[in-house]
Amino acid sequence: MLYADTVESGAAVHRPPVILAMLLGFTALLTFFGLGNTLVGHFMSPVIGDPETAGFYGDFATGLVLAVLLTANISGIAFLRLPVQILIVWIELFLLFLGFFYSFDLNFEFIRSKVWFMITQGVFTTLYVSAISITLASVVAIIGAVAKLSSNGFAFGIASFYTSFFRGLPLLMQVYLIYLGLPQLGYVIDAVPAGILALTLCYGAYMTEIFRAGIQSISRGQWEAARSMGFGFGLTMRRVILPQSMPLIIPPTGNQFIAMLKDSSLVSVIGVWELMFLARTLGNKDFRHMEMLITAALIYWLLSICLELIQSRIERFYRTKSH
Amino acid sequence: MNSAAPIIEMKNVSKWYGSYRALTDVNLSVYEGEKIVVCGPSGSGKSTMIRTLNWLEAHQEGDILVNGIRLHRQMRNIAEVRMDVGMVFQHFNLFPHMTVLQNLMAGPVWVRGIPEAEARANAMTYLERVRIPEQADKYPGQLSGGQQQRVAIARSLCMKPRVMLFDEPTSALDPEMVSEVLDTMIELANDGMTMVCVTHEMGFARSVADRVIFMDAGQVIEENTPAEFFDNPRHERTRLFLSQILQH
Repeated sequence: MLYADTVESGAAVHRPPVILAMLLGFTALLTFFGLGNTLVGHFMSPVIGDPETAGFYGDFATGLVLAVLLTANISGIAFLRLPVQILIVWIELFLLFLGFFYSFDLNFEFIRSKVWFMITQGVFTTLYVSAISITLASVVAIIGAVAKLSSNGFAFGIASFYTSFFRGLPLLMQVYLIYLGLPQLGYVIDAVPAGILALTLCYGAYMTEIFRAGIQSISRGQWEAARSMGFGFGLTMRRVILPQSMPLIIPPTGNQFIAMLKDSSLVSVIGVWELMFLARTLGNKDFRHMEMLITAALIYWLLSICLELIQSRIERFYRTKSH
Repeated sequence: MNSAAPIIEMKNVSKWYGSYRALTDVNLSVYEGEKIVVCGPSGSGKSTMIRTLNWLEAHQEGDILVNGIRLHRQMRNIAEVRMDVGMVFQHFNLFPHMTVLQNLMAGPVWVRGIPEAEARANAMTYLERVRIPEQADKYPGQLSGGQQQRVAIARSLCMKPRVMLFDEPTSALDPEMVSEVLDTMIELANDGMTMVCVTHEMGFARSVADRVIFMDAGQVIEENTPAEFFDNPRHERTRLFLSQILQH
C-alpha cells in the first residue's frame, strides 16, 4: 500500500462532474462500438424495436443503458469498504472473463474427459520440470554471483559472458539450440533434460543478477566484522552474508519461479508432455482447440495463484524474522 | 617499557588510496598490557592506521608485525593473525540474523573449532562481564546502541585475543550510552588487556592511556604520556586540536 495521506479527499467518482463525464464518455464509447444488433441489443428490443433495423438509434439506446449501468456500478462500489470493493471488482472481472469463454460455445463434456489426464500428466510434468530447473538455477546463480563479484578476471569473464548470452537470447531459441545443437557435438539429449537444461541456464542467468544484488546489499561492516575474527571467504559467505541476503533474494526468486512455471510451456516445442503440449495436442483430433487451451490457461492461472500465496507467506516470514 | 618483543610494531608504514597518501611513515610499538589512545581531527588517518593493524586495510610501504608475523600480500596465515587481534567497530557490526549468544559463539566454534558447550559457557562468562547476560537470546536489533557495543566487545573477547583494537567505539552512540561502553573498556584495561583505541573521549584517554598518539594528515605528530599530552603538549598543532575539542 502506498503511504496514504491523513486527509481524506472523498471518492472522485461521487462528484457530479465526474459522474456526468463517465456517463457521457461511456455512452459515446459504447455507441461507437455499435452494440444495437448484439445480444444486449436483443434485450432492448421492447424499446428499440427490431434490433436489425434500429440502426444508430439502437446503438445509442443500448450504449446509454449500458453506460448508466456501468456508471452506477462504479459509483456504487466506491461506497463500500475496501475489502468488499476488491472482492466485487474481482467477481465482476471474473464474470466478464467467463462470459468471454462462454462466447466460444465450449464442449464441457470434452473438457471433462481430458482434464484428468492434463493434470496427472501435464501439471505433474510442468511442476517437476520447473522445480528441478529453479533449484539448479539457484545453484548456478550463487556461483555466478560470486564469480561476478570476484576480482578474478577469468571467473568474471565467464560469468559475465554467460549472463549476457543467456539473457540476450530468446528462451525458445535456447531450447532449440540445446535440443538440436548438442547432438551435433555427438551428445544426443532427451527432451526433458534438454528442457531442464535450457530453463536452468536461462533462469540461472537472471537469478545471478538477483543473487549478486542481494549479496552486494549487505554492508561492508558485516564482511569486516567476520574478517576481523578470522573468518575465511566461504565461512563469511555461508554464515554471515547469504543468510542476510535471503530476505532480499527470495521474493524475486519466487517471481522467477512463477515466470518459469509459464515459460516451461516453451519446452513443449521439443515434445515434452507438459501442460502446454497436451493443450495443443489433445484438442487436435476433434478440432476442440479452444477447450484445451482455456482449460490449460485456467490450470496455469490456478498454479500461479498458489505460488503467489506461498510467496507472500515466505515474504511475511522473513519480514517478521528480521525485526 | 617492556623488554619483550612488542605485540604490534609499525615501521615507517605508508599507505595510499590511489594517489592520495593516507598514511606517511607511521611508527608505533605496542607492548603487552599497554593502552594506547589515538586521536586527531577527522581525516587524519587514525581509523586507517588502526585498520591496517589487522589488515582490513593493506599498507604499501614499511613493515607491520603482529605477534612477530609480518603482514604482506602473499601471506597465507592472515586468519591466525586476526584471531589474536580483536576489533570493535564504530557501528558495532554485530550479525543481525543471529542472537547475541550466537554472535558470541560464532568465532570460537567456526574459526577456533572450540566445542559448542565450552564456547557457550565461555560466551556467558563474557556476557556477564559486560553485564548483559539476560540479553543472550535476543537479536542485536532489539538492544540499545550501548548494549550492542558491549555485545560487540564481548564477541571480540570470546576469541581470546592478545590485543584489542577500538575504532571510535562510542562515536555512534547516544550520549547517555557512552559511559556504559567506556566503563566496560576501563574494566578491560584494568584487567590488563592490551588496547589500541581510536577515540575522542579525552577523559578516557587521560585516565586509562599509557600513551596518547596524535595524528594529523596521515602522520603521527606527537606521542606522549597523557599528563604531558594534555597539560603540556609539545606541538602547536596538538595544542590547537586540544583547544578545539576541550573548549566546552
